[in-house]
Amino acid sequence: MKQRKRPLSPHLQVYRLPLTAVVSVTHRMTGVLLAAGLILFVMSLAIIQDGNSSFNAMQQFIQQPFAKTALWLMVYALFFHLCHGVRHLIWDAGEGYDKLLMNYYIILELFASIAMTFISFLFVNLGI
Amino acid sequence: MVEFTLPKNSVVQKGRFFAAPEGATRIKRVEVYRWDPDTDANPRIDSYDIDLDQCGAMVLDLILKIKNEIDSSLSFRRSCREGVCGSCAMNVNGKNTLACIKAIADYPGSIKIFPLPHMEVIKDLVADMTHFYAQYASIKPWIETESPLPADSERLQSIDERKQLDGLYECVLCACCSTSCPSYWWNSERYLGPAILLQAYRWLNDSRDEQTGERLDELEDPFKLYRCHTIMNCTDTCPKGLNPAKAIAEIKKMLLIRQEG
Repeated sequence: MKQRKRPLSPHLQVYRLPLTAVVSVTHRMTGVLLAAGLILFVMSLAIIQDGNSSFNAMQQFIQQPFAKTALWLMVYALFFHLCHGVRHLIWDAGEGYDKLLMNYYIILELFASIAMTFISFLFVNLGI
Repeated sequence: MVEFTLPKNSVVQKGRFFAAPEGATRIKRVEVYRWDPDTDANPRIDSYDIDLDQCGAMVLDLILKIKNEIDSSLSFRRSCREGVCGSCAMNVNGKNTLACIKAIADYPGSIKIFPLPHMEVIKDLVADMTHFYAQYASIKPWIETESPLPADSERLQSIDERKQLDGLYECVLCACCSTSCPSYWWNSERYLGPAILLQAYRWLNDSRDEQTGERLDELEDPFKLYRCHTIMNCTDTCPKGLNPAKAIAEIKKMLLIRQEG
């Protein structure tokens, strides 16, 4: 009887990730996004300090709807990353592991990050 | 290593279909992962329509019925049928559980059964546990002492000291948690995984054990312990309702407190 190389059982293909895992992956993705965004931010600073014409070009670019949407998504990514970061701090203190409260914390995080984004939006658009 | 797709020889294909007997009214579609080491074929999914009126209440009853009455070549591990041996751990509808204590009624639609995720398959639902058990042995799962045994008694514990082991000693090492953990999927060669770390904490937390320091030395490692990123799949999936993520956090805390002296 010949022994064949054993297959690897399905993992991501079949596992139904719980909300906690989805949030964990999102935390990573927003982290990468924010790091990349920081480079773009510095690049845009370099462009606008280059004189009037490049400043105007940059201003026009950012006022396009898709650029504005991207900016607000970045703001949301920042607040989401911040809120889940606080969650990690609580975890690192050894607290917040109650199985029944896992999803409650997630709702709290999502609510807080959306609220902070909304407040920032009001702040910017209404000049409060 | 993070790998999102399965190797070529592991890609799952469509398999055979076994219809329910004539006259069956409560039919349940059960899809089971199959792999036969004696053929050259890839793994496949066989579908069975089962008459629930002629079957027990648990998921394990389903696969026992398949093996007894439909296809005796189906391989799986089982023993106690009451959730204390940990043998029948498998992935049922996307979540790891013990088939014997999971009711069929908990799943409204069809039931899909896979072996524990990201493991080498020996046959059908039987995964190779060699590495998992070797990792378990590596944490010395027994009491280590230096002081001599009391002359007139065993090593006794107070009620409070014994209570420290609640939520830890119940673990049956079924590996549901470890094989649910993406960190363990990508780093199982070096990361101990939730089950073994919960067991490690069980011995760290045992008042009779006298090698707490040595145990912590062994665990203080970027991979063995610190690959836990609180994804929480372990706590979510544990069929015994235990909390491996919390046990891992307690180990991290012990290491921190020790550092502060």
